[in-house]
Amino acid sequence: MNIDGIVSGVVIDHITPGMAMRVYRYLHLDQLDCPVAIIKNVKSSHMGKKDIIKIDDANFDIDLNALGYLDPGSTVNIIRDGKIVEKHHPDLPEKLVNVIHCKNPRCITSVEPGLDQIFLLTKAEERLYRCAYCETERK
Amino acid sequence: MRHLLSITDLSVEEINELLALGTDILNHPAKYAQRLAGKKLATLFFEPSTRTRLSFEAAMYELGGHVIGFAGANSSSAAKGESVKDTIRTVSCYADIIAMRHPLEGAPVAAAQVATVPIVNAGDGGHHHPTQTLADLMTLHLEKGRLSHLTMGLCGDLKFGRTVHSLIGALSRYEGVEFVLISPAELKVPAPITRALAEAGIPFREAESLENEIGNLDALYMTRVQRERFFNEADYVRLKDTYILDEAKMTLAKKDMIVMHPLPRVNEISTQVDDDPRACYFKQVNYGKIMRKALMLKLLEE
Repeated sequence: MNIDGIVSGVVIDHITPGMAMRVYRYLHLDQLDCPVAIIKNVKSSHMGKKDIIKIDDANFDIDLNALGYLDPGSTVNIIRDGKIVEKHHPDLPEKLVNVIHCKNPRCITSVEPGLDQIFLLTKAEERLYRCAYCETERK
Repeated sequence: MRHLLSITDLSVEEINELLALGTDILNHPAKYAQRLAGKKLATLFFEPSTRTRLSFEAAMYELGGHVIGFAGANSSSAAKGESVKDTIRTVSCYADIIAMRHPLEGAPVAAAQVATVPIVNAGDGGHHHPTQTLADLMTLHLEKGRLSHLTMGLCGDLKFGRTVHSLIGALSRYEGVEFVLISPAELKVPAPITRALAEAGIPFREAESLENEIGNLDALYMTRVQRERFFNEADYVRLKDTYILDEAKMTLAKKDMIVMHPLPRVNEISTQVDDDPRACYFKQVNYGKIMRKALMLKLLEE
């Protein structure tokens, strides 16, 4: 299979195999108008297999926090004029904004319009987050 | 500008300063009679309350200030669908400080995001109630003479009881406090709280029998099983009379154990106990007003 390299855009590499569609949904890539390639189960010397997403849009502003929460082992390459100009290894973020939602029906976020869904990292080793409003935990 | 959304917003030093200020207010009320003259408190109670709202209002009047506000979501623009944030933006233009109660957890956090005056959480669902905790700490400080080295019993609805969660959070920071958590299995303290206690090495045990534990306690904090927190009426009816503290159980308690309750009481403390000198729950009401005075002074004069 042949997928062209991109001139200016973003390549998300080293995605855990099988996670690409989840990353696609959480980063709202379905809302982009540019070409987006999802490549699954690519051979990898490090990982055995990996997924890759290529976004052919020079203006795409990637949410590294969301990616760090979803798949902290992934790599983000920012491409300009065919060259990698930035490389990021997103960590598990201290704060998540509008990435996950609070499931507590008694939380103010369940009714208040326009309120950001904010989660704060409580225990990194357990990937445990806590709602900034009601303190309900989520992994 | 400071808000008080959770008791942990205050350091131990600040709590101790508030207790000292509260004690001075208790002993010399006249000295403080005009300290907040010209200031306005807005009490925004989206959920019914007698004690807390009147306590805030009495506290502000006794400091020489004024009070505006509403008592119930139906008498505010919330009934028209106004958001919490819009209500707070509006009231920030009218008042110098806001005390708010809301049935949903975290509503004061949303309020604090847009407020231009201090927000005091006067209770948010089953979550936090920090000014009740200040009242509770004042009660222990004055009636037991200390906040450290206490065996503290908490009994009843420990799941939805916001006063319980806040009090555990506050007392956890004092040395030598041991918690005895007495509740039916369905109303146990939420796991994140017991996990935090375990991780901090703070001794606690969970029990179901009040009779077995009451003799070990320095203070017993009784709570009401709150009908308004249940989605299922049958569960409420089954659990509401699990614990009733009466004269017979009080004979098992230490001579200097104190009984506390955030009130309102339904039937979890028999009225026979009211005359027992160890019953402190009505003193707690007065201490609550005193500590709300101390808090408003701190937030408005800092």
